[in-house]
Order: sequence, then C-alpha cells, then structure tokens
Amino acid sequence: MATILAVDDSASMRQMVAFTLKGAGYTVIEAADGKQALDLAKQNSVNLVVTDVNMPVMDGITLIRELRALPNYKFTPMLMLTTESAPEKKAEGKAAGATGWIVKPFNPEQLLATIKKVLG
Amino acid sequence: MTIDMSQFLQTFYEESFEGLEVMETGLLDLDIGAADTEEINTIFRAAHSIKGGSGTFGLNEVASFTHLMETLLDELRDGRRDVSQPVVDLLLHSVDCLREMLTANQNEEALDEERINELKAQLDATLKGDDSAVTAEATETVQEAGEAVASGWHIVFKPHPHLFQTGNDPLRILRELEELGTLNVNADISALPPFTEINPEESYLAWTMELLGNVERATLDDVFAWVEDDCDLEITPLAGPEKPAAEAPSPAALKQEGKADEAISGELVVERRKTDRRGGDRRGGERRKSGSDGGSIRVAIEKVDAVINLVGELVITQSMLSTLGENFDMGQLQKLRDGLGQLERNTRELQEDVMRMRMLPISFVFNRFPRLVHDLSNQLGKQVQLEMSGESTEVDKTVTEKLTDPLVHLVRNSMDHGIEPSVEERLAAGKPEVGTVWLNAYHKGGNIVIEVKDDGRGINAEKVLNIAIERGLVTPDAQLTPEQIYDLIFQPGFSTAEQVSDVSGRGVGMDVVRKNIQSLGGSIEIASEPGKGSCFTVRLPLTLAILDGQTVSVGDQSYIVPLISIVESIQIKRGRFRHVAGKGETFKLREQYIPVVRLSRVFNVAGATTEDEDALLVVVEAEGKQVALLVDDLHGQQQVVIKSMEANYQRVDGISGATILGDGTVALILDITGMVQLAKGQTEQSPPTGGEPEAA
Repeated sequence: MATILAVDDSASMRQMVAFTLKGAGYTVIEAADGKQALDLAKQNSVNLVVTDVNMPVMDGITLIRELRALPNYKFTPMLMLTTESAPEKKAEGKAAGATGWIVKPFNPEQLLATIKKVLG
Repeated sequence: MTIDMSQFLQTFYEESFEGLEVMETGLLDLDIGAADTEEINTIFRAAHSIKGGSGTFGLNEVASFTHLMETLLDELRDGRRDVSQPVVDLLLHSVDCLREMLTANQNEEALDEERINELKAQLDATLKGDDSAVTAEATETVQEAGEAVASGWHIVFKPHPHLFQTGNDPLRILRELEELGTLNVNADISALPPFTEINPEESYLAWTMELLGNVERATLDDVFAWVEDDCDLEITPLAGPEKPAAEAPSPAALKQEGKADEAISGELVVERRKTDRRGGDRRGGERRKSGSDGGSIRVAIEKVDAVINLVGELVITQSMLSTLGENFDMGQLQKLRDGLGQLERNTRELQEDVMRMRMLPISFVFNRFPRLVHDLSNQLGKQVQLEMSGESTEVDKTVTEKLTDPLVHLVRNSMDHGIEPSVEERLAAGKPEVGTVWLNAYHKGGNIVIEVKDDGRGINAEKVLNIAIERGLVTPDAQLTPEQIYDLIFQPGFSTAEQVSDVSGRGVGMDVVRKNIQSLGGSIEIASEPGKGSCFTVRLPLTLAILDGQTVSVGDQSYIVPLISIVESIQIKRGRFRHVAGKGETFKLREQYIPVVRLSRVFNVAGATTEDEDALLVVVEAEGKQVALLVDDLHGQQQVVIKSMEANYQRVDGISGATILGDGTVALILDITGMVQLAKGQTEQSPPTGGEPEAA
C-alpha cells in the first residue's frame, strides 16, 4: 500500500489526517513543518504528500517547491490543505508544483475520496 | 467509513489554547505603527490553525468567529491596514472571547452569544470601514449558478506538456469522468513526436470526449479543477443526440470559459462548506456524549529519550545483579557492592528524569503577565512595563498551576501600590516616566525562586505600622524591625490602599497569597527600600511529589520534618526550658521564648526520652512563627516520596502525608503549619501548672 507524508503544524489536524489514512490501510509518515517533511521525504520513499500551507519554519508551498526539485519527487502527487479564503494560495501552490488541493474544512470521507482518486 | 472526530478534540483544544497564548503574546509585542511582518505572520498562523481545526472538528461558531479575526490579521500582514492600537485591542478582546468560546465548548456549556455577536459586529465594522477589506464572506453571496444540466458534454482536453510535473495524471481524470456517465474517448496522438524524440517526462496526447448522462457542469469543473491552468480545455454541452461539430477553441472563448469556471467553482466551495456545517452540527451532538477532560502534558522528546535510555541501563544493572546472584560466593562481595551502587545511581537518575517529565518552564505561568500588565496599566492610568527573566526555569506542572493566582496578586499589588500614581511623582524622584515591574525566576538549592520586583515607592513602614495599630494587629508600643513591619502586610484583613480600588486592596489580598504559597510548601519574603521599590521573593519546592526531609525519631517512631521549614536543631540544656504559667512549655533561645511541642505527647508515642538533657529540639518556622519540636534523635536527610494520607487513610491533624522509608516502615510527614497552630492551642488551653513539666 502507498506511503503518504502528512504535514501539518496543528497536531489535531495531523492526527485526524493520519488516523483516517491509516484506517484506510495507507502507511503514514507525519511531519510538523516543511523542514521536517523535507528531511523525511529524503529518507523515505513517499507516494503522496498532503501538506498544510501555513506552517512555521518552512511553509507548505516552499516544501512543494523543494520536493519537486528532487529527482525522486518530480512526479509525485502533492496536495495542499488550504482554506477557501485563500484562492491566491492555490495559484501560488500550483506554480510551486502542487498537484491539487483539498479545501478546509474537510471531513475524513472527503479526504479519503480525494486521495483514492489521486493514487488510483 | 465513519470516523469519530471527538478523539481529536482534546488535542485540538490544547493546541488552540496554546495558539491563543501565541496570539496574545504576539499582539502585545506588536509595535504600533511599525509592526514586524514575521510577528504578524505568527499571530496569523495561530488564528489560521484554530480556524482550520474548528471547522474540521465541527465547532462552527468558533470557525466563523476566527475567520473574521483571520481576515483582519491578513490585512495587517499584507500591509493593507496599519497596525493601530484600536485594532490590536479589538484583536485582544477577540482572543479573550475565542478563549471563552473554546472553554465553553470544551465544558459543553452555552456560548455567550451576546458577547460573540457584539465582537463579531465590531470586527465586521472594522473590516468594512476599509475599502480594501474585501472579506471572503463575499463569496457567500454568490448566487445559485444557472443549472446547466445537459444530456451530456463535449470535452476537448489537451494537457500542456508539463502536466506530469505537477503530479497530475490525465488517466486519473479520464477515470473520474468515466464514473460520471458513459464516456466515449478519442485520443489525439497527432502531437506525438517520433519515438527517438519522445521525452517521457512530457505529455503529448490530447483527448476528445463525449460524456453522456445527467452531469452538472460544476461536477465537471471539479474534476478539472486541479489542471485547468495546465491544459487547454473546452467543455460544451451536447445540443442533442447528434454530434456537434468540433470547434477549435478560440483564445477568447477559453478566457471566458475560465471566468465562468471561477464563478462556479466559487459557488461550489461555498456549497461544500455549507454541507460541512450541517455535518459538523451532527458531529457536535455526538461529541457531547463523550466529553472527557483528561489532563495531559506535553513532554519534549529528548526527556522521554533520556528516561528510556536510563531504563535500558537499569535493565543492564538488573541482569548483572541477577547473574551475580545465581552463584554467589563471598569473593564476589565487591562486585555486588559495585552493582548495588550502580543500581542506586540508576534509580536516582531515573527518578530525577521522570520528575523532569512533569516539569514545565515557568513561562507557562509568566506568559499571561504581559497581557495583565498591559490591561492593568490602562486601567490604572499608569505607564508600566514588564520585564521578565528566567522564563525557561522549570518547575513541576502542579506547582505552575497553583502558582498563577498568587503571582497575579503580587504583580497587581506592585502595580497598584508600588508604582507611583503619577508621572510627576516618578520624575521628581529621579526615575524614568515608565515604571517597571520585574518577574524573575531561578533555581536555588532544590527550590525555585520567583521575584516580583518594582521600582516604585517602596513600602511605607510607618504607614503600615499605623494601619496595623489601627486595626489592632499590633499594640501601639510594639517595637518592630522593618522586616517585621513588612510582614504585617500578610496579616488577614490588612490593606494599605487608602481607597479600595478595583485592582487590589479588597482586603483579602496578601494573607491569601501567603497561605497559598505556604500550602505549596513555600515561603514568601519582602524586601523594600523607601523611594526605590520593593521585592517580593517567593520560594517554592520544585515538585509537590517529593520532599526534602529530615528524619527524626521519637520513641520507636520515625517522622519526617520538611527541610525547608527547619530553622535549626539544638541539643537541649536544662534550665533554658521553662514552663510559663498559662503559656505552656517554652524554650529560651537568644532572648526569645519559643513554644515547645513534645511530639511524643502529640502523637502519644510510648518509650520516648524522658530526660530533657538527652533530647533534641528542632526549631521550625511556619506562618512567620517558630516552634521547637522536641524529638529523641535526628537521623539522615533524604528525599521522600509523599503519599497522601487522605487517599490512603484519612486526614490527621498535624500530618501532611506519609512516606515509606528504606527499611519498609512508614514514616509520617509533619505538617509544620499544623504544628504551629497546635502550639498556639496549647498555650491557650494548657492549665497553668508550675514546676517541672511532666514527661510523657
């Protein structure tokens, strides 16, 4: 089963995402900011990245940009968790190489449906 | 699959309250007019997280409230709005309100709708007062888009070459479309270069598709939402059963298409959010059933690692000892001793490290003070700044919880009574206009010391004495040292404020502070210099679970005296022991008469020393009064783990707890405050008898 890197500085959101995905049988690696995620992505082979946008140390968009620059992550799907109030963030994320986004607030079912679509 | 969201709520509340602290601290640190973008960003991030979490976990009131705050913060961050005092104050009030909302939600209480709506209105008004303030709320008003449900759609999908590099896959989109209805697909391979020139990382194919079925336009847009900028896309409704002529998309048409997409996707988002809210309410109902408040603590990973490491060493020591025990002979005695020594070391280190896991930096207590000082300065009309140091000093979680109230009182007291009421008075005294209150924490010999210091007027000893005399706390002819006079402040019912203010001086002040601190096993001292300022020094044990104790024996019983309360221990000399009529037994120490408490008599111990020459007196102090405990012998000083008497037996006067000694016997821990009270009762009640005291 696929390995998913879940990145969010909010522990509750991270727990919810990780719990949902683990429940569906995915392997989940968790990171609290972009920097941690980047290190983890380098050490592990990740099939999909789900990242929050606003985070300390390194934000989600920078993370996506950095990951895209890595040969192993050239084509890896990367989704950002974003709020409806920030349409410009979507554009910024796309420019950085994001595959798509999941709009907050979302529920576990929506999250799973989206992830399933992307991973096929 | 359904997932119970309530399991994440506790974490959510914890991190939200932390987020509120961050916001509060950040807001207080903002420089009006010249705020640091990174600071605003930190505040924004905290609000953003709370909003995201509350929406997800079904706290919709919180989400919509935070949304307004976030919008305002966003404007500050982008420089669209200046950081002004009214805005900062409004945000601070909103932080308070948000905290109340979260607390109410956590405790499953009703929200204060009135206050919430009032603040919401204020936030709204502030946001609308600025033309640039385009709130995202506007998207809510997007009208229902015309329902364009056709019998099918004609789709031309031509991904740009770089599509794969966004992690998207045209096949995924085709799969999704297939799920919506009957899909006829024609692949256009005309752009495919000769095999040798193919770059496998680029997308060359295009598709012309017919999707048959009752599919809403919005659903299609949703499918293509992630790739609309990475492809040429043309979606037209199928006019009828006959196949429409395929038109090449003109740039203008595409552009229009894009605009329409935006409008519709905007509506989509709102719709989705609305359904979420409904879903959220339902979850909120379920959550109510399982609202449990398990106290939890955050521990740094390195602390946990240190403990795990030590447990590993303990296991090694244990296995070494058990190997040694299997075929032991006296030749291995030295080895056994070494092993036991190592065991002792491991145990002690483990104990220290486990205790450290409960330790929190004092900043958890200090953090609220900038806000307090800020608000209080406004309220009192004084200019006061707060300086803190030693915030990283660690102290047991229980202590931090109980420390807050006394410290709040001390800081209020310093600001209210310490700092001069007028700038003129300060300038006349050669001090800067802005008064300063210092909060300082540091470790000193197993205790944490916290100082609350101000550069105000200092304590007016004369005034204090006059009031004390007026209130009948001391007799007019009492000769008191300045320290003794300052100490009067801690007497119940004492207040020096000429006018009882809203801030302090309700007359229930300092005596409660001292009581609280003493109940934590601590002490408080005052130093003051007229015209220069005062300093309150609070000393507290680092933990409430372990106590540094002196073991004493009375007869065959052992008792623990808390080391912190011991003033000195002396061997008794006959002749200095007096039995004053009506005053019970006293002992003359350096011209002072100290009441004597015979532990053997208090606890009814048989076999205690009868000859006073052989006995020892342990002079202890509590509530500023000294008593001498008469014991048979002093033993070692050691750290003891406090076991509650109430939990295991019942409350016993004069005993604060019990512990288990190394030899397995139980020793009672003396409650020194109780002992002092006991001595008081003794002096009042004991019948006036003369001559030598009767030995127990």
